[in-house]
Amino acid sequence: MSKRLTGILTPIIAVLLGIIVGTIIMLASGYNPVDAYTALWNGAFGETYYVGEVIRQFTPYILAGLAVAFAFRVGLFNIGVEGQFIVGWLASVWVGVAFDLPRVIHLPLAILAAMVAGALWAFIPGFLKARFRVHEVIVTIMMNYVALHTTNYIIRNVLAAKSGDKTEQIHESASLRSEFLQSITDYSRLHWGIIIAIVCCIIMWFLLERTTRGFELRAVGFNQHAAHYAGMSVNKNIILSMLISGAFAGLAGAMEGLGTFGYAAVKGGFTGVGFEGIAVALLGANTSLGVFFSAILFGILEVGALNMPLEAGVPNELVSIIIALIVFFVASSYIIRIFLDRFSKKEVK
Amino acid sequence: MEYVIEMLNIRKEFGGFVANDNITLQLKKGEIHALLGENGAGKSTLMNVLFGLYQPEQGEIRVKGNQVNITNPNIANELGIGMVHQHFMLVDTFTVTENIILGREVTTAGRIDIKKAEQEVRQISERYGLAVDPQAKISDITVGMQQRVEILKTLYRGAEILIFDEPSAVLTPQEIKELMQIMKTLIKEGKSIILITHKLKEIMEVADRCTVIRKGKGIGTVNVSETNPNELASLMVGREVVFKTEKKEAEPKQNVLEVNDLVVKDTRGVSIVNGLTLDVRAGEIVGIAGIDGNGQSELIEAITGLRKSESGSVKLNGKELLNMTPRKITESGVGHIPQDRHKHGLVLNYPIGENIVLQNYYKKPYSKNGVLNFREIYKQAKKIISEFDVRTPSEYTLARALSGGNQQKAIIGREVDRNPDLLIAAQPTRGLDVGAIEFIHKRLIEQRDNGKAVLLLSFELDEIMNVSDRIAVIYEGKIVAVVNPKDTTEQELGLLMAGSNRKEAGEGTHV
Repeated sequence: MSKRLTGILTPIIAVLLGIIVGTIIMLASGYNPVDAYTALWNGAFGETYYVGEVIRQFTPYILAGLAVAFAFRVGLFNIGVEGQFIVGWLASVWVGVAFDLPRVIHLPLAILAAMVAGALWAFIPGFLKARFRVHEVIVTIMMNYVALHTTNYIIRNVLAAKSGDKTEQIHESASLRSEFLQSITDYSRLHWGIIIAIVCCIIMWFLLERTTRGFELRAVGFNQHAAHYAGMSVNKNIILSMLISGAFAGLAGAMEGLGTFGYAAVKGGFTGVGFEGIAVALLGANTSLGVFFSAILFGILEVGALNMPLEAGVPNELVSIIIALIVFFVASSYIIRIFLDRFSKKEVK
Repeated sequence: MEYVIEMLNIRKEFGGFVANDNITLQLKKGEIHALLGENGAGKSTLMNVLFGLYQPEQGEIRVKGNQVNITNPNIANELGIGMVHQHFMLVDTFTVTENIILGREVTTAGRIDIKKAEQEVRQISERYGLAVDPQAKISDITVGMQQRVEILKTLYRGAEILIFDEPSAVLTPQEIKELMQIMKTLIKEGKSIILITHKLKEIMEVADRCTVIRKGKGIGTVNVSETNPNELASLMVGREVVFKTEKKEAEPKQNVLEVNDLVVKDTRGVSIVNGLTLDVRAGEIVGIAGIDGNGQSELIEAITGLRKSESGSVKLNGKELLNMTPRKITESGVGHIPQDRHKHGLVLNYPIGENIVLQNYYKKPYSKNGVLNFREIYKQAKKIISEFDVRTPSEYTLARALSGGNQQKAIIGREVDRNPDLLIAAQPTRGLDVGAIEFIHKRLIEQRDNGKAVLLLSFELDEIMNVSDRIAVIYEGKIVAVVNPKDTTEQELGLLMAGSNRKEAGEGTHV
């Protein structure tokens, strides 16, 4: 069995195993899995409205997944996508509220603001890693909390409208909303962000696989010593990868700020999008195509799950369990690989 | 004739690839039996069959005349077969005794009786002349001593048959001599030994018989007393091998590399290169001889920019290079075949083709406006692969999948093809077989003949004596002597490397 085939089969088997174990859990707790999965399917594809919502849901997942995957390819574990996402969200809304410009300038400016904010937020752990070898996992986790509380403070004290815990709505000229996309999906909240996410997938692939810079970034990810020997600057590439990763995360925030909501609100806790990105990247094997497909899967599961209590009386937390199981099986893909190897050896004989 | 081990007509396949094809090895009681073969010839596979890690498809194994079925290493141990591994399996923070009894602890009422164990270890150590201190910590003793601990471990477990896997690879010349002595003592005490090696000199010195395998096939077994190194080598490689690499007189010209009063600190902050001065001229090969740990690795890392230097100067063609970035140094004309090809030399997860341009990827024609040109990259890779006889299924194969010798040929091809004014080769033939070594030596000499400067670092005195035009002996971070290989002997070099000065060491003349 070729390596490539194993690489594609492993996540698919993980997803199937997750669904099978989820079925067993449903049976054990007295729910009808057939009804549950039918409800899930209907909740994701039953009406064009749901399809629109699924796409809207997975748009930030793609970008958060790219953020995690990009850093990972350079050998860094960016747990801080959540924080970079939150600051990106706020920055985009801030620009969207504060200025009144023609759309051709305003929208790109708001998107750029999100990217810059996310990149700066990721620069700090990148710099500390490059300069002082401080482990990026610890710093990025801390930066998540700093992001959460700082943005809450800014929303409450600087940007809040009368109600006190929410910014004003962004100007129409900075919005990603689309009458057209909404109308073809029965007035879901679908917006233009999906185009940006797809373009970013292509950019990441091209940057890593085709450019001179990507050659360096991947080399640093595989073997820092060899990269150093070959004359590449390891530190520069570490910082650069965090900047790009953070920019992707910030963009994910702009999807919410400029697309789905059009405002930023005080948050009681993390949104989970950044952490979802880790699972998406893991399932997608840190490639842009893989991230794209696994983000779609997660979007379907999460939106479809909302229909499960309504149509089948199954609590939608079960979908969280299934997602957790999928992640578990991907993380233990080593076991799946061993089985695949055994299987292919028997075939040879 | 009594055989303690007979492996008869062993065949082992891995999914169509035949690693061992009809190999027979018979070990007599009380002999040292060498197992000789090129890298990848199937030596390790054969030993893993004996050790129970692999099951053979055909053939049988007999221990003391009885057919046995060895399905796992524990059975091998019970049959009295012990392996002294090339890479030691020791816990650094434990004492010698603790390591030896690990897994076989002597306990009284649930507590380890360390006193009793130490006594036993001391007894065995004395009986076989190993001179190991049972209470010493592994991290405090030399590599040679650590190897003896590995030997003790097998003896403690009652091994009658000892397999030594490339035992001299990590040892200094002095330690190798002592190891040979230990092996002879073991034989006297009734043990039998299988010695896996590709060093012909060692076989000639200690082995009684030698079984040769080539490309997975058993070539035959010869009595060492009736053969010579040339015959063994041609049996192993399948053709005539030239040992003394042919080369004409060196015609050295101007200084290319000038190192002056260089000081480099190691990771612990000790000045491991301590005021070192060395010149390498165009058209000559300078060999650095020394016992590992005397600053040679750090010297090379400093010259190539991989490590910061404290003070001194490193000039290439008169231009100061000290503490420049590796990129600047590479671009100013230094090629480097690194000591550790997996750590520094290759990105193992990159295709071999992309490794060929590891330093040049950003230059035209491999890169244009920041975008890689894979057609040009793989064109260059194809050229190097065919010129340097790198055996790989294709230029798209991951470097990881190539054998050590072919990885090394690819690195050498890459460095030589850039045609640097100074080529630094650090242990370029480590772990390679005779055929590959011959090839690499030829290439180094070719560079010299093209008027380039070559700096060779090696722990193999043979290699230093054979290839160098001048030998610089390094001791405690300084060059203590520079000698002409024609006017010196291995004994003299050995003494110089151990810190004696020239007069004590011999009467050779300075160059």
